Amino acid sequence: MISDFEYFAPKTVAKALSLLARYKEKAKIIAGGQSILVIMKQGLLKPQYLIDIKGLAALEYIKYDEKKGLRIGALTIHRAVEKSPLVQKYFGVLSEMERNLATIQTRNWGTLGGNLCHGDPAGDVAPVLIALGAKLKLASAKKERTIEAEEFSKDYLEVALRPDEMLTEILVPNPPPRTGVAHDKLMVMKGDMGIVGAAVSITLSDGVCQDARIALSNCAPIPLRAKEAEKVLIGKKISDALLAEAGEAASTEVSPVDDVHGSAEYKKEMAKVFVRRVGARALERATGGRA
Amino acid sequence: MKGEMMELKLTVNGKPYELMVKPKTLLVDVLRNELKLTGTKTGCRTSSCGACTVNIDGRAVRSCSVLALQANGHDVVSIEGVASGGKLHPIQQAMVDHGAIECGFCTPGMVMSARALLNENPKPTREEVREAIQGNLCADEGYVKYIEAIEIAAEEMRGGK
Repeated sequence: MISDFEYFAPKTVAKALSLLARYKEKAKIIAGGQSILVIMKQGLLKPQYLIDIKGLAALEYIKYDEKKGLRIGALTIHRAVEKSPLVQKYFGVLSEMERNLATIQTRNWGTLGGNLCHGDPAGDVAPVLIALGAKLKLASAKKERTIEAEEFSKDYLEVALRPDEMLTEILVPNPPPRTGVAHDKLMVMKGDMGIVGAAVSITLSDGVCQDARIALSNCAPIPLRAKEAEKVLIGKKISDALLAEAGEAASTEVSPVDDVHGSAEYKKEMAKVFVRRVGARALERATGGRA
Repeated sequence: MKGEMMELKLTVNGKPYELMVKPKTLLVDVLRNELKLTGTKTGCRTSSCGACTVNIDGRAVRSCSVLALQANGHDVVSIEGVASGGKLHPIQQAMVDHGAIECGFCTPGMVMSARALLNENPKPTREEVREAIQGNLCADEGYVKYIEAIEIAAEEMRGGK
């Protein structure tokens, strides 16, 4: 049962930020509410004030610039990201991620920013943004700052937002030439939460791995950047055996917990499998769509 | 003040409504309890089953997972608004004709998901039909008939093409 709260639906970003500045920790922001309402129904969260920003059309956009890359307003719904021709053309991995993120009903109302701010380590958006080297714009009534997507998650359901801040924009830089990025996750059913997920970005130069970024979901209290696994790949010519070695390395970095979907041991094994599998797909894309 | 009633203005099935609700009220409860539109079902209330699916601005959304106040100013269509002039919608007619119904509890949600799909995409592939109803659970395992009925309805709506 949801506890009572005082509700605000500010009409502008400035008004939303001034409400946050006034109520700070006592307030929570609701965007699409596809995550927050679940924990409010469970009684895990009982905000005194709820600031509804879902109607802020100013934060609903997808823009692309050849130099700066992609900019997505925090309140853009998942379905819009998935269907965007710009996203499909330049950042196919985001569309690939969205198709598996949740059911269509959730993707039709839930927002990209809301998913990130919920801070669930099982979420799909954060690892993909980490692999893409994305940045997040956080605003308060006083100032604006930009941080690396990788720095955003702090602990289970905890993110780097200060009590008076909200996420306004996601910035995804253009990847270097010959970069392939992929995402996939282990699901009971398409659209379910990922039991283990992996996002992998591979950049090649003369057939050698110049850079690699690997991020895993649901394997630690936060979306985990598997740096040891990346080190296995960087500077080498990637083969199936090397991807398997990277998977082995990743499985030593993760710290999953047992739950109804699988034991910690099983998830470690799946981290291995998904780094190898998703890495192979990223490599294929980096080498230029070779079958 | 916490829990104070607030004004909600929305359109449901083409009709404008103005009512007072507690901020924590879910859209499904406004439809069922305030407007007495009980065709929208509450299966799980945890965003798992899809029985409460309605269309908001033409998109399929779970009404148990939206605060009623979030629908302020929006256009909501529930199962009661799908048929028109005493005539079933082609999706409903196809489900009846094709036997795409078992106990019927998930049916309103299935219709609303199918309606949103066919509004956006008049000629969906089977995969797209499956994806559109992936979030609608049928405890009777009636998915195949539903998928076929939606395909029949799509063809009917395109004028038999």
